Parts: sequence; C-alpha cells; structure tokens
Amino acid sequence: MNKRQNWYLRVGFLLFPVSYASYFLVFARFPVTRDIPWVNFLLFATGFVLLFFGLRRAFAQPQQYRGKIAGPIASLVSIFVFAFFCFSIFHQTRQLPASTGAPRIGQKAPEFVLSDTNNEPMSLSSLLSTPLATSHAPPKGVLLVFYRGYW
Amino acid sequence: MFCNSELRGIEKHLGAIEELGVRPVAISVDTPEVSRALRQKEGYTYTLLSDPKAEVIRRYDLLYPGAGENGHDIARPAEFLLDASGVIRWVNLTEDFRVRARPEQIIEAVKVLR
Repeated sequence: MNKRQNWYLRVGFLLFPVSYASYFLVFARFPVTRDIPWVNFLLFATGFVLLFFGLRRAFAQPQQYRGKIAGPIASLVSIFVFAFFCFSIFHQTRQLPASTGAPRIGQKAPEFVLSDTNNEPMSLSSLLSTPLATSHAPPKGVLLVFYRGYW
Repeated sequence: MFCNSELRGIEKHLGAIEELGVRPVAISVDTPEVSRALRQKEGYTYTLLSDPKAEVIRRYDLLYPGAGENGHDIARPAEFLLDASGVIRWVNLTEDFRVRARPEQIIEAVKVLR
C-alpha cells in the first residue's frame, strides 16, 4: 500500500500561484510581457497540462499513485486562481473613468502651478520656456505624464 | 507597478526624448516628499510634480475617485504631448491601466513636433 507521490499534480498545482504572482512581481514591469501576459498564460497552460496528466494517473492507476481526492480539489482551486487572474487583468484594470472632459488635440493645455520634489513651484509656462539642460535651448515640447503615484 | 514601468521606460529613453527637444514631466497626487523618495529609489532624473489635492488632475478631467490606497482619489494614467506654444499635439488616454504608452510610441509622437 505504499503509493507513489503524484508529482504532476503537485508541480501543476504550484504553477498556478507562481504564475499569478509572477505577473505582478515580474512580468508587468516589461511592456512586452505586460500588455499581453503571454508568459503567464504559458505557465498556466503548463499547469493545466500537468494537472490533467496528474489526475489521469491518479484515477487510472489509483493503486500506484496518490491524488484521487487531493487532485480534484487542487484542480478546482487552480481553475479559480486562473479565473481570478483573468478577472483582475481583463476586467478590474479597465474600470478607468472615461475622462471625456480631458483636453483634446488642438486645444491649449490648461496652465497650472505645482510643486516639484524640492517644493519649488513650477508652472506649465515655465516648463515650456526654461531651456533644457542638454541643448540649452527651450524645449520643442513638453510631455505631461499623469500617473497613479508611489505604491 | 504599472506606472513605474512607464516612468522607468521614460527614464531609460530620456536621452532620446530630450534629444528631440522634449521635456518629460510626470504628475501625481503624491506629496513632494513622497515623489522625492520615489525619485531616489528609482533614479528618475526628470521633473516630478505634486498635485496632492488633485486640482490640476481634476481640471484635466483625469480624476480616478477612490482608486488609490485607503480610498484616496488619484489620477488615471494619461499622456499629453504639447508643442512649444502649449497646444496639445498628441494624447494617450488608455482604457486599461495595465497598457501604457511605450517609450517608442512617445518618441514616434515627438517626431511630429519637428
């Protein structure tokens, strides 16, 4: 009655949290793996394949392999993790406000004065007129990037 | 995380962007102290501005209410390219906060200014 460990199930199950976390910790940092999370989908797919073969041998050779009870539970949890990943990155991240009142192409950008990191006030007009450090000439343009902040 | 991938991309391509005569400026609700910490941690060398009351963010209709930590109002991600007279020549309002303007896209847009 000494059954063997069903490593397919174990490794397959482990791949799901790894794939989930690695997107946010690693792959979201690079546009190539961020915009379409293909690396994470590959990891999930590998997890599904391993779970499938793990389950198959748990049920086909129950005398030899473990996992007839743990396998289906692990698979259900894995499906849930995968579904939650899809929900997080395809639904939650798309809840942005429409910003229909945002300034449009051809309009003048509204003037503002905001503090820089030295607590010095900076106006948009001064950003447009102060020479660049590299060319010593006023800039040809200013790129305004609005971002969430430090988190 | 998604924002920092964008800010980092701009820092990485800062030479190319400034070469084309464009000054990048990043704006968030962070206080100057928090922005300074971010700047030091990430090594950003371009201008970071603070809009802690989200006044400018509101004026630009970019407020994302309650989406920050502890339900704070923050800015939705957005990029505007202005020419030397302050007129907007290119806008990027993403529908998905994971997907940001890539530095290459910004550089393409900057070339329109010349």
